[in-house]
Amino acid sequence: MTTDPITENPGAPKSFNRFAIVLLVTLALLPPALFYSGNPFWLDVFTRLVILALAAVSLNLVLGYGGLVSFGHAAYLGLGAYAVGVPVYHATYGGFESIASYNGWVHLGLAIGVSALFALITGAICLRTRGVNFIMITMAFGQMVFYAIVSIETYGGDDGLTIDVRSEFPGISLDNPLTLYALCYLSLVAVLYLVHRITGSRFGMVLRGARANEQRMRAIGIDCYRYRLVAFVISGALCGYAGFLLGNFTTFISPEMMDWTRSGELMFIVILGGAAYLYGPIVGAIVFIILEEVLSGYTVYWHLPFGLLLIFSVLFLRGGLSGAMDKLTGRSQ
Amino acid sequence: MSGVALSIRNLHKSFGGVCATDDVSLDIAGGELHALIGPNGAGKTTLISQLSGLLPADRGTVIFNGRDITRLPAHEIALAGLARSFQITSIFADMSVLDNVAMAVQAQDGHSYRFWQPARKDKRLRQPAMEFLQRVGLADRASSLASAVSHGERRQLEIAMALATTPQMLLLDEPMAGMGPEESGRMIEIMQSLRGEKTILLVEHDMDAVFALADRITVLVYGRVIASGSPAEIRANADVRRAYLGEETDPC
Amino acid sequence: MESSIFLIQLLNGLQLGILLFLLSAGLTLTFGIMDFVNLAHGSLYMLGAFFCASLTLWSGSFIVGILLALPLAAAAGWLLEWLVVRHLYERDHLDHVLATFGLILCLDTLVHIGWGPAGIAIPLPDWLNGQVELLPGLLFPSFRLLIIATGIVAAAGLYWMVNHTRLGMLIRAGASNRTMVGALGIDIKTLFSGVFAIGAALAGLAGMLVAPITEASIGMGNDIIITAFVVIIIGGIGSMKGAFVAAILIGMIDTMGRSFLDDIFKLLMSTEAAETAAPAISAMLVYIMMAIILTFRPQGLFPPKTR
Repeated sequence: MTTDPITENPGAPKSFNRFAIVLLVTLALLPPALFYSGNPFWLDVFTRLVILALAAVSLNLVLGYGGLVSFGHAAYLGLGAYAVGVPVYHATYGGFESIASYNGWVHLGLAIGVSALFALITGAICLRTRGVNFIMITMAFGQMVFYAIVSIETYGGDDGLTIDVRSEFPGISLDNPLTLYALCYLSLVAVLYLVHRITGSRFGMVLRGARANEQRMRAIGIDCYRYRLVAFVISGALCGYAGFLLGNFTTFISPEMMDWTRSGELMFIVILGGAAYLYGPIVGAIVFIILEEVLSGYTVYWHLPFGLLLIFSVLFLRGGLSGAMDKLTGRSQ
Repeated sequence: MSGVALSIRNLHKSFGGVCATDDVSLDIAGGELHALIGPNGAGKTTLISQLSGLLPADRGTVIFNGRDITRLPAHEIALAGLARSFQITSIFADMSVLDNVAMAVQAQDGHSYRFWQPARKDKRLRQPAMEFLQRVGLADRASSLASAVSHGERRQLEIAMALATTPQMLLLDEPMAGMGPEESGRMIEIMQSLRGEKTILLVEHDMDAVFALADRITVLVYGRVIASGSPAEIRANADVRRAYLGEETDPC
Repeated sequence: MESSIFLIQLLNGLQLGILLFLLSAGLTLTFGIMDFVNLAHGSLYMLGAFFCASLTLWSGSFIVGILLALPLAAAAGWLLEWLVVRHLYERDHLDHVLATFGLILCLDTLVHIGWGPAGIAIPLPDWLNGQVELLPGLLFPSFRLLIIATGIVAAAGLYWMVNHTRLGMLIRAGASNRTMVGALGIDIKTLFSGVFAIGAALAGLAGMLVAPITEASIGMGNDIIITAFVVIIIGGIGSMKGAFVAAILIGMIDTMGRSFLDDIFKLLMSTEAAETAAPAISAMLVYIMMAIILTFRPQGLFPPKTR
């Protein structure tokens, strides 16, 4: 095989892509098969998996490619879910006419719009700082949303809010679990493709360059701040979209889903799967769901092995599972 | 090119009471290869960092092509045509050599809010980047990972990246640091080829190279300019011999 | 009586601020000296509360409980440092955050295994259970006064230690120049372990002081740790003085916001709107303040000198 040095990218993992295709095909076929063979429970598990993977892919855009350790991404999941719950609540029980609606497009627009706006405002502040300040500030802003929702009793406060009616779209019903899974799965594939294009584009190169060497970026004439902010907004909007799907999936939303420990789990998924690997978050989400389902079936104390695994993977498994797999298949660093 | 390209007036920078740049004034003519020498800790890199905007000056002004750039952020100075290389190699280690240069080409090619077309297949970036690599003799290493090439090649890559921003003037911070004689020779050739085309401010410890290349030389000691002139004048300058040259090397 | 309510809330704010300072002091010390971010610092706060609860119930005395629990909390910190933390100093902040997040999950579960899922109340002796008349007509719980007094003593002790002892000298030197301390021939490993244990003891103390009011419960550290982060972000990460000022500031603002914001809002808008908006805004108040301060001072109020 001849390679063209002009377009060659020695950093790209090659062996891994074949595995990823197998992964995506499995995710397309296995859950419906399980559903039709009388295991609807597994369809639910896979729906959750795909939504978590989607959220993790959005986090990976800033964390993996941009090197921005955002510890507040669960807030976007929550904002997206409440963008479904709040309009439905008002459409059912009155009040707040301007947003009261069952219309799915309204929910979708709100989920993406509110998340993007929140990312823009908080990102503009966080991104002025580096390193550990950035981690803690994103965390604090995430927790701010958590406390704000807890304090609003109209939407159930701590106890959460039941979504009585799923988002309504013409022609399809999200009440059908297979339809919902199809929507989530196709969304994941679409977002993967989107992130793939973004990270390979000029914009993506700037994002990677800013992670690798910000000083050098400035010296060649690129102001990283604005590009990072745009990436942060895209990531927030995508994660808000995942929240929109999550709200429609669980039909019950509570502030607990945006607690900072949820953000920690999202980070775990990205890092375990392998940051800056396009398909890493999916691998991470699969492992996370398996751990959760299997370990929690054995013991109520499943957080202990989970926590130990987290510590272990940080200490010994650098580059995540995707990185380990690359090493096994012989890609030199 | 002619006239004054870069004019430094009364530049001052101190770190907690220690003067790193002490009232430095200096004019560099367009097209000139101007060398900045001085013992370790003389404040050469500090000066370069202030000129390139990575370190704010306490006082003084820097005029580049008639424009006051003293308070401009680093990226705007780079876009204004003043490029720098780093003493401690500063590259994108996990990208290919060509990617590194393409990034610098991209910085010059307008904004980077392009989210869809693959940058690595973009001939408008890759073709010019390849030409800059050829210019510094690195074309055959284009697809190697930047962290995998030799130290000397990384120094050449630094120059290629600086060139790729199509600057009028280069600030080169010890481009030959840590190089063997063969690599240094190649670097001297590269700089000879740039002579006249770009204005160059060269910080260098290798006195043979400095005296072979420079049109003019400025000597910095403890942040202060103690002499500035042609190589012959500097060689003859008693202050310089006492303060610097006499201790370190014999220039003759 | 408006003014006495105001005074009492002022004291409550001070008390919250003092607790936040005890918690933040260890965080800012470990960050300033080891450049280490410890999410599990809140777990040490929780461990302190549980140690104290068990020892109080065992000994029958809250004071004995605290005195025995303090060295235990310090030992727990020492152990964590030895087992996990010291292997992470050379890593980046992302690794710190992830590994200590794992530690939180482990410690929460271990407490669950050891003490069960329910919270444990700590009984106070009679002399701490009453109220003290500070001014004519101004009653304040004596235990809260004890918290304030303890906190001030601890802060003064910390100040003395940092500024007037050999350990403090090393800490100050380490915060500004890490390699230099090594060059002085100091055993860095022991210094780091010691500092970590001191931070753990302070966090544990905060947990012990809060537990008689709220009871010791699993995950109690996970809420307050974020507020402690806000404190050290506002104060300037690594700055002890900043942590103290910001802790008192946050304690005051949070308490005052929760008490008086709805009254203030009622002056500006309808009662109904005020009753909806005030709780949400007061819950977000410290974060909004953090955002404002960071907009003008991205490195916080008292940024430590650059290393």
